[in-house]
Amino acid sequence: MSVDTATVKRVARLARIAVTDAEAEKMKGELNAILGFVEQLDEVDVSGVEPMTSAVETTMRKRVDEVTDGDCAEDVVANAPMSDDHFFMVPKVVE
Amino acid sequence: MTIVDTRIPDPKKFIKGATGDWEIVIGMEVHAQVTSRSKLFSGASTEFGQEPNSNVSLVDAAMPGMLPVINEECVKQAIRTGLGLKAEINNKSVFDRKNYFYPDLPQGYQISQFKQPIVGEGKILLDMSDDEQVEIGVERLHLEQDAGKSLHDQHPSMSFVDLNRSGVALMEIVSKPDLRSSDEARAYLTKLRTILRYLGTCDGNMEQGSMRADVNVSVRKPGGEFGTRCEIKNVNSIRFAGQAIEYEARRQIGILEDGGKIDQETRLFDPGKGETRSMRSKEEAHDYRYFPDPDLLPLEFDDTYVTELAKDLPELPDDKKARFMTDYGLSSYDADILVQEKASADFYEDVAKGRDAKLSANWVTNELFARLHKEGYDVTTSPVSADQLGGIIDLIKAGDISGKIAKDLFEIVWAEGGDPKQIVEARGMKQVTDLGAIEAMVAEIVDANPDKAAQAKEKPGLLGWFVGQVMKASQGKANPQAVNELLRKKIGID
Repeated sequence: MSVDTATVKRVARLARIAVTDAEAEKMKGELNAILGFVEQLDEVDVSGVEPMTSAVETTMRKRVDEVTDGDCAEDVVANAPMSDDHFFMVPKVVE
Repeated sequence: MTIVDTRIPDPKKFIKGATGDWEIVIGMEVHAQVTSRSKLFSGASTEFGQEPNSNVSLVDAAMPGMLPVINEECVKQAIRTGLGLKAEINNKSVFDRKNYFYPDLPQGYQISQFKQPIVGEGKILLDMSDDEQVEIGVERLHLEQDAGKSLHDQHPSMSFVDLNRSGVALMEIVSKPDLRSSDEARAYLTKLRTILRYLGTCDGNMEQGSMRADVNVSVRKPGGEFGTRCEIKNVNSIRFAGQAIEYEARRQIGILEDGGKIDQETRLFDPGKGETRSMRSKEEAHDYRYFPDPDLLPLEFDDTYVTELAKDLPELPDDKKARFMTDYGLSSYDADILVQEKASADFYEDVAKGRDAKLSANWVTNELFARLHKEGYDVTTSPVSADQLGGIIDLIKAGDISGKIAKDLFEIVWAEGGDPKQIVEARGMKQVTDLGAIEAMVAEIVDANPDKAAQAKEKPGLLGWFVGQVMKASQGKANPQAVNELLRKKIGID
C-alpha cells in the first residue's frame, strides 16, 4: 500500500492540518516509507489469531455509577481563547 | 451489509403517484440517552439543565492525558435494553474512535462501537390494528458518547459551546429498513419508547432530547429494488417523524416521476414549514476513519452476567398486554392503551382488582385517561385515585347509581376528592329503585299529558318523551329500566 499526494492532502484536511504542496510531496515520501515498514508485518500469517489488545493479560476496569467529578467550569474554560459565562466561544459554525 | 426485504408489499400502505403506486421504505436510527447518574467514561453528572460546563470533567473536555474509564451501569443498561429487544447480546464488544471535527466534540473523535457492538440483532413487534401485527428487525445497539451543545443565537459572529452533554452515554438503536409507512414509523418510535421506559434504561423524553431519531427514507415501486435514501437528522418528536416521512416521500416521488434521480444526502426537518431541506450542500462525503480506541480494552462479560440482569427485568409491554387479554378478557385495543405506560397498567390493575375487569378498563381508558389528557395530568398525578375510581365502579355494580350519575359522581370526586360512597349517601345521589316512588312520578306525568299518552299508545316510539320527563323529575336517579316498564303498563302498551 502506498499513498499519492492527493491522499496525503485529503488525510491532512481530515485532520485539519494545513500542508503546502511542497510539504505534501515530502510527507508522501515519509508516509510511504512508514507504510512500507509496517507492511513487512504482512509476511507473517496471522489467520485465526486474535488481535492483541493489551501487552498484559488484563480486563477492562469499570467504574461504579457515581458522580465523582465535574463542577469545575472555571478550570474547563481556563484555556479557552474566548469564553463568556463559562461557555466556550467559537467562530460561528452555522451559515 | 445485505439488506433482506422481510415485508410483503401491502397496497393499504402505498402512496398514489402520477405514474402509479409507490412504496415507502424507512429505517430508523434512534439515539437514546442511557439513564445513569454519571457519564459513560467520566464521573461527571448527567443531570439535565445545569449551568454551562458545570457537568464537565477534564475527561469530557478532552484535556491532554485524561483517560476514559467505563461506567458499569451504562453497560448493564445496554444489556437490559438488548434483552428487552429480544436481541443477541455480544459477550465481547469493542470501542472505536469515530473521527470528525466539530466545536462541540472536544476530543476530535466520538468513542463509539463500530464493527463489534454490544448488542446484535433483535426485534420489535408493532400492533397496527387488532388483526395486523408487524415485526420490525433491530440491526444492532451500540454504546457511544453524546456530543456537547452549540448555541448559535447568543452572539452575532460567535457560537457558544456547552459540554454538559459531552460524554453522556447514548444507545444508538438501529432498525432494519423494515418500516413501510409513516404510521408504522410512529408506532415503532412509540413502542421503542415504551420498552425503554419499562426497562428504565432511558426516560424517552424527546423534548429534552433524551431520545432522538434519524430517519432514513427512500421510495420504490411496490416490491421493487430499494431506492436511494435520504437521512433526516435529529427528529425530536414522534409526530414530526410522521410529518417528515410524508413530506420526504412525496418529494422523492415528485423527483423520480419527473425523470430525476435522488441524491443520497442528509436533510433536516423544519417543523414550522412541515418540510425537509438539504443540510450540507458542499460537504464532502464523511470519512470517519474508525479504529479501535487504544485507551480502552475490549468490553467483555460472561453469560452469567447477562442471566443475572435478565432475572431482574420487569414484565415487558408485550407480555403484559397478552396477560391483560387473557386474564382480564380485554380487547387488543384496550390492552394496548393500558400497557403503553407502566404506571397506567399498574393503575388499571389496582382498579380492576376484585372488580369487573372490562367495566374497569372502560372507566380507566375512557373517562379517566381522556380527562387526564385534557387537563394535562398523567396517571401518576391523577386527582382521582385508583381506590376512588374503584369505589365509583362498585356503586355502579351494586345498582346504587346509574351510569349517568356515575359520571356526575366522577366529576365531584375529580374536583373535590372524597369517598364516592359517602358522597352518594350525603348528596342523595342513590338511584331510586323504590318502585312505589317511580310509579307515583309516572302516574303524575301521564295524567298531566293525556293527549301525548294517547299518541304514545298508538305509536310506542313516542314513549321516549315520557321516559325523559320521568328521569328529569327524578333528577336522573330513577332506574331507567323500571321507568320504562311502569310507563308501558300505565299507558297500556304491550
